[in-house]
Amino acid sequence: MFKKLAISTALSLALVPAAVIAAGGGEQHIEDVDFSFEGPFGTYDQNQLQRGLQIYTEVCSACHGLKYVPLRTLADEGGPELPMDQVRAYAAENFEVFDAELDDYRPATPVDHFPANTAIGAPDLSVMAKARAGFHGPYGLGINQMFKGMGGAEYIASLLTGYTGHEKEEAGSILYENTAFPGGWISMGPPLFDEHVEFRDGHANDVHHMAEDVSAFLMWTAEPKLMARKQAGFVGVMILLILSVLLYLTNKRIWAPLKGKKVKQG
Amino acid sequence: MAGIPHDHYEPKTSGEKWLHSRLPVVGLLYDTIMIPTPKNLNWMWIWGIILTFCLVLQIVTGIVLAMHYTPHVDLAFASIEHIMRDVNGGHMLRYLHANGASLFFIAVYIHIFRGLYYGSYKAPREITWIIGMLIYLAMMATGFLGYVLPWGQMSFWGATVITGLFGAIPFVGEALQTWLLGGPAVDNATLNRFFSLHYLLPFVIVGLVAVHIWAFHTTGNNNPTGVEVRRGSKEEAEKDTVPFWPYFVIKDLFALAVILTIFWAVVGFMPNYLGHPDNYIEANPLVTPAHIVPEWYYLPFYAILRAFTSEVWVVQIASFVTGGIVDAKFFGVLAMFGAIFVMALVPWLDTSNVRSGKYRPMFKWWFYLFVIDFVALMWLGAMPAEEPYASFSLIASAYWFAYFLVILPLLGVLEKPDAPPATIEEDFDSHYGSDANASTPAE
Repeated sequence: MFKKLAISTALSLALVPAAVIAAGGGEQHIEDVDFSFEGPFGTYDQNQLQRGLQIYTEVCSACHGLKYVPLRTLADEGGPELPMDQVRAYAAENFEVFDAELDDYRPATPVDHFPANTAIGAPDLSVMAKARAGFHGPYGLGINQMFKGMGGAEYIASLLTGYTGHEKEEAGSILYENTAFPGGWISMGPPLFDEHVEFRDGHANDVHHMAEDVSAFLMWTAEPKLMARKQAGFVGVMILLILSVLLYLTNKRIWAPLKGKKVKQG
Repeated sequence: MAGIPHDHYEPKTSGEKWLHSRLPVVGLLYDTIMIPTPKNLNWMWIWGIILTFCLVLQIVTGIVLAMHYTPHVDLAFASIEHIMRDVNGGHMLRYLHANGASLFFIAVYIHIFRGLYYGSYKAPREITWIIGMLIYLAMMATGFLGYVLPWGQMSFWGATVITGLFGAIPFVGEALQTWLLGGPAVDNATLNRFFSLHYLLPFVIVGLVAVHIWAFHTTGNNNPTGVEVRRGSKEEAEKDTVPFWPYFVIKDLFALAVILTIFWAVVGFMPNYLGHPDNYIEANPLVTPAHIVPEWYYLPFYAILRAFTSEVWVVQIASFVTGGIVDAKFFGVLAMFGAIFVMALVPWLDTSNVRSGKYRPMFKWWFYLFVIDFVALMWLGAMPAEEPYASFSLIASAYWFAYFLVILPLLGVLEKPDAPPATIEEDFDSHYGSDANASTPAE
């Protein structure tokens, strides 16, 4: 009885914190998206990350920075995996950074980070996909995080597609109604329009697809080592399972002479 | 109380004798590893090893993380991202450390509840219990300090709220709070000293753990029956015990492997499950989060802290009697620390002369209710401070104190306990049959 109780206690201990996150919810509507990187075996879709990078560069980067993300990591394994010469060209073409040694601006190189945000009030997006929880699982327990993540990418995608078209003016600034944003009114205007960005491979470029692509990209900027981590997780769990079985057998054998034949007691 | 009689280390070679007469370190290790252990220990006795592992894990990952972390308000958040992106294996180190803290607390809570159920705190193990409570307090402090270091929104506002508790102490509170923070508000000085103390306290815990182990190695382990090991002779003691190595080392390692499998799955597949998304937003003194919630392991005590508002009659009486010195805020702080204090006093509050809850028919139900109460408080601590949660919190807090201050003292008088088995051997044999026990186990 005590054992059962202890197990259920431990379980409840594990479940409570998700309820904490749920407490901050509100009336938001977050659409669940089946992203490729969800679940224990989820991986990033390299093409999707590259499309997302393009959307970020052509649209988001006008206001939002990615100051914690080094440009060189665009070439890293488990990311968009651009060839290094492309990264070099991308950095130089798109961004300028201030160089203290030159006391002047120069084109960015792969060793630089993406620039910090340029528009007042636009938050940095480097870890945004981890700074928002989209959904919290049944009853707010979040137990499905193992398979769905915590929904940060879903939150971003829902925000980008959640505009109702209504606007209002408040204290001299325009607010846009958005079903995903806490409170329902956001100061960012709808950033994406159908066919806003042209993909070289002709991939679908309606708002929904673009929102998902850029959300996936922002998940990568927030968690660039996700694939390495999941692989380490898988390998570790396998090794530990084998170790558990071996130790179980060892333990059984060591205790056998003491325990003799197990007698069921009434 | 004399220790359980058993074989001691005998130096054999001249080299061993030379060392042993100067520093009996091998003998100390031998006696520690070969300590006679009640052979009927169940799976609730594995958590000590899990906790020891957690302590080592946290220190090892923590030391490496400290090599890459920068305790400065402008650089701390960025240095965490540096660890996550640039440091070899840094993302795993950090997730192991963050989730390791949670495993540490899950284990310590089960460990404490095991002690409460089986009466492990009772004479002669009061010192073990008190040291354990000190370890738990030091863990709480360390966990809190560590959560501030990433300098996210919850770090900053958590630090603001918790240090504010000290500000509630009458007369000296404000000065004390300023002294703790190193200034009027949470700032760079705070982050620096929190980092320093977060590095120091784990080693204090190591010292306390050594004393904790020393203490219960002196008295011997408790066991599920609560019946003491017979100590008349070595032969008699050997009927009740087996040496720690290999019997319990292997058993504990098996349990550790199973728990680590689950732990590793959490780290690998959902490392942010137990964290708060707001802590991925850099600390901003100008923006208060909608809900400031502490880490999950503080929630029960956070609920007790918040339960005693100025509407509660106990608080009003306290305020009236002390001429307003004890206000609702200070009362809450006293209740929170008091909740742990009464738990530390349990060796003297529990009046029953039967140690193990297994043989206490009434105690059992009050204990189960106490466990439910603990979980309920944890849930309530996560809820916003409004009805109906406020009333529930008050009821649950009241039960916490009633359990220690009323129920346990009365049960010892009112309850008619069952008869525990005469010996540990008898208990063990009733589970496993006695045919194999005639001979002492071969190694």
